[in-house]
Amino acid sequence: MKKIKLPFTESEILDLKSGEGLLLSGVIYTARDAAHKRMLEDLERGNPLPFQLEDSVIYYVGPTPAKPGEAIGSAGPTTSQRMDRYAMVLMELGAKISIGKGDRSLEFREKLKECRGLYLSAIGGAGALISQSIKTCELIAYPELGPEAVYRLEVEDFPAIVAYDLWGGDIFASGRLLYRK
Amino acid sequence: MRKIDLETITENIREMILEAACVLEENVWEKIREAIKKEESPLGRNVLEKINENAELAKIKNMPLCQDTGMAIVFLEIGSEVIFQGDLEEAVNEGVRRAYAQGYLRKSVVRHPLERTNTGDNTPAVLHTKIVPGDKIKISLATKGAGSENVSFVKILSPGEGEDGIKKTVLEAVLSAGGKPCPPLVIGVGIGGTLEKAALLAKEALLRDIEDEAEHPLDRKLEKELLEAINKTGIGPMGFGGIVSALAVKVNSYPCHIASLPVAVNFQCHAARHRSRVI
Repeated sequence: MKKIKLPFTESEILDLKSGEGLLLSGVIYTARDAAHKRMLEDLERGNPLPFQLEDSVIYYVGPTPAKPGEAIGSAGPTTSQRMDRYAMVLMELGAKISIGKGDRSLEFREKLKECRGLYLSAIGGAGALISQSIKTCELIAYPELGPEAVYRLEVEDFPAIVAYDLWGGDIFASGRLLYRK
Repeated sequence: MRKIDLETITENIREMILEAACVLEENVWEKIREAIKKEESPLGRNVLEKINENAELAKIKNMPLCQDTGMAIVFLEIGSEVIFQGDLEEAVNEGVRRAYAQGYLRKSVVRHPLERTNTGDNTPAVLHTKIVPGDKIKISLATKGAGSENVSFVKILSPGEGEDGIKKTVLEAVLSAGGKPCPPLVIGVGIGGTLEKAALLAKEALLRDIEDEAEHPLDRKLEKELLEAINKTGIGPMGFGGIVSALAVKVNSYPCHIASLPVAVNFQCHAARHRSRVI
């Protein structure tokens, strides 16, 4: 497992290969379907966005509510492909690293290559375990969206796998090919 | 006649949801442990180990296994000798409301599919009732996440497509879903009936014990052959590649019209959250 201190540096992005395990530390932002829709609406209206897109890492998650004394509830990734239509726009504005689960559309992958970004996958359904690496969780935008609001997370050794790298590496395709019988 | 207080139903549903959210079904858990030994891919094995660790942590900390604590799907088999007074659907929804509030579970239900305001208490449940002989009520429920539900579907084949058509339909669906529904999966397949009956059969198939086998020999054969074929796709845990793509395939069937062969595929992620009780 490779330790990464966020934000990613240009050379880290260049070096990483699909299938590699990472432990991320630093700040990431949550957004899923409804928050993405709102961010695009805000962009259209010229409103400021909840966080700076440049160098950001967006985590597709809608956590369970935190119990008293806990930073956050269960917080595993949601299916990324639903975010592709929005991510195409956000990537152009600098949000070129996302964390979710599952493979993504061809269009998204083309855009990811063009923007020189990475797509990481966390382990779906491991929300309790992943929550242990989230140290703080602060609601920063769209509170009315409840679990779909935007939260700023401080993470320490947050586990993720490089799914798509800069060189066309795709763990879903290469993994499947290797074990197909 | 046996009188059952609706509060009893509410409280049972509350307890069952709370337990399902945080404690992985023992038989599914055992399949995960077996899968760790079976899996050939190191990355796949690592994923399975994390899934196992997650289940342990969730149980100890009484924390949801997955942040998608689902929409509550409730099946009630009500004995014809049972009487109750009041609003059964509301009693079920009250159980859901209490569980999702008390358990710090995520409220994931929106009031209208297009307007999309969160109902705030995870109600309503999807309720299926059936009147059966006897004086008991069997409650079965699933709190099913959307990742696996979103890749599920019903398709009506022609009778001539037969067993091969069903296999092709299921396999294509599994391949196209890849890592999205959180493999290793349990695949519920409903064959026969009508459009809605096939979907229901597939969902009911997921409520069966992961270890059991279908009663009909043709369904049993399909279960076995489909499981083998799915585990040859190479999809593996979370779609990262491997030989454990599914833990089980469950086929439920029903008579159907001479002209049709409905097939429904309902995906279940590895965080299988089902509970069943007889009161």
